[in-house]
Amino acid sequence: MRSNVKAGWSLKVAALGGMLFLHIPLLIIILYAFSIEEKSFVFPIPGFTTKWFAVAFEREDVRRALGLSIKVAAIATSLALVLGTLAAAAVWRSRFFGREAISLLLILPIALPGIITGIALRSAIGIAEIPFSTWTLVLGHATFCIVVVYNNVLARFRRTNRALIEASMDLGANGFQTLRYVVLPNIATALLAGGMLAFALSFDEVIVTTFTAGQQSTLPIWMLSELIRPRQRPVTNVVAVFVIAVTFVPIVLAFYLTRDTHDVAGSVK
Amino acid sequence: MVTLDARSEPERVNTAAALPLKSSPLQRLSSALYLRPALLTFLLLTPPLLWLGVIYLGSLFTLLAHSFFGLDEFSGVMVREFTVATWAEFFGNPATWDVVTRSALMAISVTLAAALIAFPIAHYMVRYAGMRMKAVLYLGVMLPLWSSYLVRVYAWKLILAKEGIVSWFAALLHLDWLLDAVLETPVVGGPSLSTSYLGTFIVFTYIWLPFMILPVVAALERVPGSVIEASGDLGAKPGQTFRKVIFPLAFPGVVAGSIFTFSLTLGDYIIPSIIGKSVPFLGETVYRLQGTAGNIPMAAAFTVVPIVIMGIYLTLAKRLGAFDAL
Repeated sequence: MRSNVKAGWSLKVAALGGMLFLHIPLLIIILYAFSIEEKSFVFPIPGFTTKWFAVAFEREDVRRALGLSIKVAAIATSLALVLGTLAAAAVWRSRFFGREAISLLLILPIALPGIITGIALRSAIGIAEIPFSTWTLVLGHATFCIVVVYNNVLARFRRTNRALIEASMDLGANGFQTLRYVVLPNIATALLAGGMLAFALSFDEVIVTTFTAGQQSTLPIWMLSELIRPRQRPVTNVVAVFVIAVTFVPIVLAFYLTRDTHDVAGSVK
Repeated sequence: MVTLDARSEPERVNTAAALPLKSSPLQRLSSALYLRPALLTFLLLTPPLLWLGVIYLGSLFTLLAHSFFGLDEFSGVMVREFTVATWAEFFGNPATWDVVTRSALMAISVTLAAALIAFPIAHYMVRYAGMRMKAVLYLGVMLPLWSSYLVRVYAWKLILAKEGIVSWFAALLHLDWLLDAVLETPVVGGPSLSTSYLGTFIVFTYIWLPFMILPVVAALERVPGSVIEASGDLGAKPGQTFRKVIFPLAFPGVVAGSIFTFSLTLGDYIIPSIIGKSVPFLGETVYRLQGTAGNIPMAAAFTVVPIVIMGIYLTLAKRLGAFDAL
């Protein structure tokens, strides 16, 4: 509820300060990507250059890590889209014993600290003697991506009129036609938004990934190893900017896809 | 585990039964499913439940079971026999409590700081910002929430570095003495901001802040305007209205946000290892035990700590009505 009173200056300052706190660090990353200084994080940066962008994109290890990240995020997102939508549909269309438990189960992989999910998967992979591969990564990522899709799709379902489905059936469509021509068009943007957020989440995930990757390196794992043992700082800066850019697009798109419908796309990450 | 309640949609079943049934196989399958909503629900639920039940819960319980295994004293290899030795060592070791207390204190401070910073932003967003401004602010909270965790931690490494922005800024404003005084403070200080508790605390607060803002916004949105007007009509000053009406009504939102800030701080192992004093926190301890130390049973015992703490926390939060604010 918006009030007609003007905000006091102290509230304005506090709100502005909080927002600056959230955003200045991202701007600083971008600034440093253009620095000519190689060895330290000296501020202000001594000079501008764009040469590090070229250097970073020539690096074989960066490219390989990027490729793996995209592959894993794409597969995990597809799986999460199917599983999350199925769960959302079940919870929406009927009441059944244990319905509350389903929401809890779905949320658990992100409500519990990531290290628990990671180490649990690691020990299970060890016991089952599954060799580390793209698929062990997908296993972990899909698990925590399901809830993102589920939340988005369920929110949309809750505002979909059930009468639409009955009308479709009354007009002679069978269940599959109803799904194709009524249900899916209705939830399409929610699917797209949920899918993009799931992609961004998977693309960026590092904690669970560390445990299920073995010797493989996704982009976040590459970054983590550079943070702990820096080799070429300017390249890390450039990759960081690249990661910001890659995640920026799906987030903004997801926001615009769901804003008119009041879905809170990120209410539970 | 899922008992289906077939009575949920009786009218719909009746209308479907009255329809003439066509005979294409797809049509028959679809009619069959429509007549048995319980079966359809079951079919819808099976794949996601199998995935989460087998892969996620299965792994989780396997891990917890490991805490009842022990290590061979000589070889250091895990022995798959039931023992409570790991738990005895866990409770007997003073270092355990050290780690748990440190992590819990950090989680509490981060939660309080995040609530303090989040409330004005949320309050401004809900009660004072216009439509356009509100969308900008909302996106402004969502972007850091979803953008790369590592990149944002990395940004603080740049900012807090000895030769970095904070030092430069302090020197510019002739406030070096203040920065030095802060760094010399026992406990929170350190050789530089990026190697002190204060640094760890700032970065944690920064990273989890959006998780606090969003639930508080959701809770504030739900405070009816009429209640606030009524409070004003009854003679309360804006400050009083805030303290006595708005804040108590939005408090469940703060609790909901604190679930995230608390849990995420408790389990994180990357931030303290990159920025801070290199003293062990809970997440790091688990990571080291399962990795370099190879002591899976003890690592499993340590993972029980955040699960128990979060269990207690979630129960309390539920009492305070936090789940309605999620």
